[in-house]
This record gives sequence, structure tokens and C-alpha cells, in this order.
Amino acid sequence: MYVAVKGGERAIDNAHRWLEDERRGDRKVTDLSVDQIKTQLSLSIAKVMAEGSLFDPELASLAIKQARGDLIEAIFLIRAYRTTLPRFGVGQPINTDKMIAKRRISATFKDLPGGQLLGPTFDYTHRLLDFKLLADGSIDEFEPGKDTEQMFQHVTQFLNNEGIIETEETSSSEAESPDLTRQPLEIPANRALRLQALTRSDEGFLLGMAYSTQRGFGRNHPFVGELRIGLISVEFEIPEIGFNIEIAEIEISECETVNQFLGSKTHPPKFTRGYGFVFGQSERKAISMALVDRALRWKELGEVSDGAPAQDEEFVLYHGDNIQATGFVEHIKLPHYVDFQAELELIRKIRKTAFEAKKG
Amino acid sequence: MSLVRSKWLSYLAKSSESDLVGLYESTGLDPSYTYLRKPEIGTIMATARIGNTGQKFNAGEISVTRCSIQLEDGKLVGHGYVQGRSKKKSTVAALCDALMQSDKRTLIESKIVIKLKEIEKKRHDLIKRKAEKTKVDFFTLVRGEDEK
Repeated sequence: MYVAVKGGERAIDNAHRWLEDERRGDRKVTDLSVDQIKTQLSLSIAKVMAEGSLFDPELASLAIKQARGDLIEAIFLIRAYRTTLPRFGVGQPINTDKMIAKRRISATFKDLPGGQLLGPTFDYTHRLLDFKLLADGSIDEFEPGKDTEQMFQHVTQFLNNEGIIETEETSSSEAESPDLTRQPLEIPANRALRLQALTRSDEGFLLGMAYSTQRGFGRNHPFVGELRIGLISVEFEIPEIGFNIEIAEIEISECETVNQFLGSKTHPPKFTRGYGFVFGQSERKAISMALVDRALRWKELGEVSDGAPAQDEEFVLYHGDNIQATGFVEHIKLPHYVDFQAELELIRKIRKTAFEAKKG
Repeated sequence: MSLVRSKWLSYLAKSSESDLVGLYESTGLDPSYTYLRKPEIGTIMATARIGNTGQKFNAGEISVTRCSIQLEDGKLVGHGYVQGRSKKKSTVAALCDALMQSDKRTLIESKIVIKLKEIEKKRHDLIKRKAEKTKVDFFTLVRGEDEK
């Protein structure tokens, strides 16, 4: 049991004032603006929005500034702020076919209709430090190409035409899709609830889980059927007037994996799918999410579990949330004097009994 | 011309605060109004479908601001549901919505809504044109040892 302490007010105040001073850093260096963070650290913003589970680039930038670049602390600030806001309702399901794509690639079909767009990617860079950036070098603006239309059918549709991949169908019970921000997460979770948990899970945790499935802890042999990043409109029904408007435009990353599946007692051999959907440009996490989603589906596909961590939904869903994790892990540094005193007494007593027994 | 209400509300909602407020101020309009609902910041829960066609799941929230106003003159009501946390943007969007139902419609449509539509199209076209320049053709290579 945790017994509260009090006091230390002046020390705490001073610690926080020092924190603010340290955050500002050397006054000879220009103060970092929220706009600079928003426009130049956009992949940090993406992580904070995805794991904070609130799409708002300006707030994410502010949180990163306030947290001195500690992204988990920034996510904590966003989660805390979100709880103060009323929810006006639930948006219509996003249709990613309509994405304005910055990037769209497939590792399974090289000549897919619409083509492959690399977008602003780190792939194929040589990972050499660019010392020009140290010297304040100016960067040329990227010249756009010719006018073009985009109409991208999902890659999995091509496999669908042959009937050799499972199809994703709507479920009649979807109105009851639970929302873990409203009801505590309960196990067993259906796939919709698992995906909600995964999309706000810690990127590093999901990456480790996904990697473990590739290395053999829960066999998983996926290809990236399609990975796309871009802008998408979100429709919402305005209650006062009773029809949908496009209330927002957000950036998302989407990944669909195609997994080999030799069939089970209940399902014939065919390709199966994993799905990743994440706020912002977050492709590492979208790919990881799709791998972990697929690993967690063993039961519904009639597979035999290897007992691997990534196939254990309680393990994955209860440990992926970095705010819950950091809260519990870090709380042990806070004063526990009474608890410790009790343990100290206990150990002294046991030792005394043991010594006396030896002497006896 | 002749946009439907859902369209104009969409362009207003997705615009940037500076674009919307700038265009509105350039019209010189300053009608009297009262709030039926004062600007309020909140969220909507975005949803997506597994594989884009499957079961619906909750993807995360988006910040939005809403308000409702009534024009003194003509008692027309406008709703300002917009992305982000700007009360100013929400109010201006609600005013535009009400004015789009008034005899000022042509002015609001041509000076604000159509302009926002063009700004949005330009933003999208720019992404498409940049992406087009990164379109790639991969070739699979036949390696020597496969030849018979």
C-alpha cells in the first residue's frame, strides 16, 4: 500500500523553476518556436499525435517544447489535455482509397496500377551524416513535377480478384465496437478493439514485438502488400443539420501486409492480412502494427499458437501503452518510506528469528 | 457556382485560420450577431475500417471547435464546426454559413468559399505533383546462375 507524504513545497517549486530555466537553455541561442518544431520536427509530431491519440500538430509541437523533447512526456501532456475536452461525436469511417498520397509503395507488385511513389523517404539514403546541416546550409526547394491525377485502388483488391486472399468485411456487430477511452480494455478483445490499442501503442514496443515475430517467436511471413502515406478527409455528421461534412483533413500512414497461410482445420490455404493505420507519417509503426495485428489473429484463423509474446493479446495490449507503462515503472522513485519501513522491520525480524534458531 | 451546404461547410472546416479570417476580413462585412452556442473546443473520434473495407475501429481523436450564431438581420442561423482549436475560425465559419443563406451569398461564395476551394486544390495538387516526381520503376534482374 502506498502511504502519502507531504511537505517539500519550496524544494518542488524551485525544482520546477530550474526545470523551466534548463528547458530554455543557453540564452545566447535563439528560443525554439512552436512553429519551428511543427514544421521541422514533423516526425516527432507524428509520434506524439499517434501515441497521444489526438490529431493536433500545434498542440503536439507545444507539448514537445514543454517536455524538452522527451516524447513520452509530451504524449503524457497530450493525453492529459485530451481528457479535459468534450467529445462532440464519432466520425464516419475514413476511406483511404481517397487519399492524397505522398508515398505509396508495394513490395509484392512492382507494376501496380497507379505506380509506386517513393515520397519523401529515408529509404535508399546512405545514412551518412550531412555536415552541411551543421554549417547552416540552405536547402533548395523541391520542384514539383507535372500535373497528375491519383486514383489508387488498394493492392489487396488485385489478389481479391483471384480469391486467394481473405477479404475484410464489415460486421453487423460493429455498432458495439468498444472504445478503450470510454470502457476499460477487457480481454479477450475483438480485432477492432485490438487495433485501437495498437494504433496508440508505443512505437518502440510494437517494433520489438513485430521483430520478434519475424525472428521466429510466433511465425509470421509477411510481405508489405501496400504502404501509403498521405492526406485524408474525415467526415462527421453535424447534429444540428443532420448531414455529413468533411470536418478535418489529417495525415495518416496505412500498411497492409500479405501473409502466407497454409490453412487450418477451419480455413483453406490462402493469403491472410494484417492491418496498420497510424496518425501522421509513421511508417515504421504502421508496418509493426500490421505484423502484430496478424500475429494476434491466430485464434480466429484456427492456427496453433506458439505461445509467443506477440501472440498473447493480454501481454501485447496491456503493455503497449507507454503512458500506463511509464506511470507504473517510474512511480517507484517517489517516496515509499512507510512501505519500505515495513519491509525493513520484516527482514530484521526474520533475520533475528533465523539467527536465534541457529544459536538455539 | 451553386455549392451545396455540406460542401461549403467542408471548405470552411478544413481551411487554415489565417486563410479563412484573412478572406473574411477582406470582404469588409461586419454583421451583428448573437451566439446561440458560444465557441467550444472539443474532439471527434476518427474511425477507420480494417483493410479499408472491414470492421470499423476507433483510430484516435481530432481537435475541433464548434459554435452557432444567429444574424441580427434576418435571424439566419450559421454553424461553425471546424478543425483545430481556433474560436475565431469557428465564429467566422459560422458567420459565413449564415451569410451563405442570405442575399450576401454571391459575395461570400466568390470571395471566400471558392478561394478556399482553390487553396485546398492547390495544396493537394502540389503533393500529387511532388509525389509524381518520385514515381519509380523497379526491374527484377535475372541472375547468371538461373540461365540454362
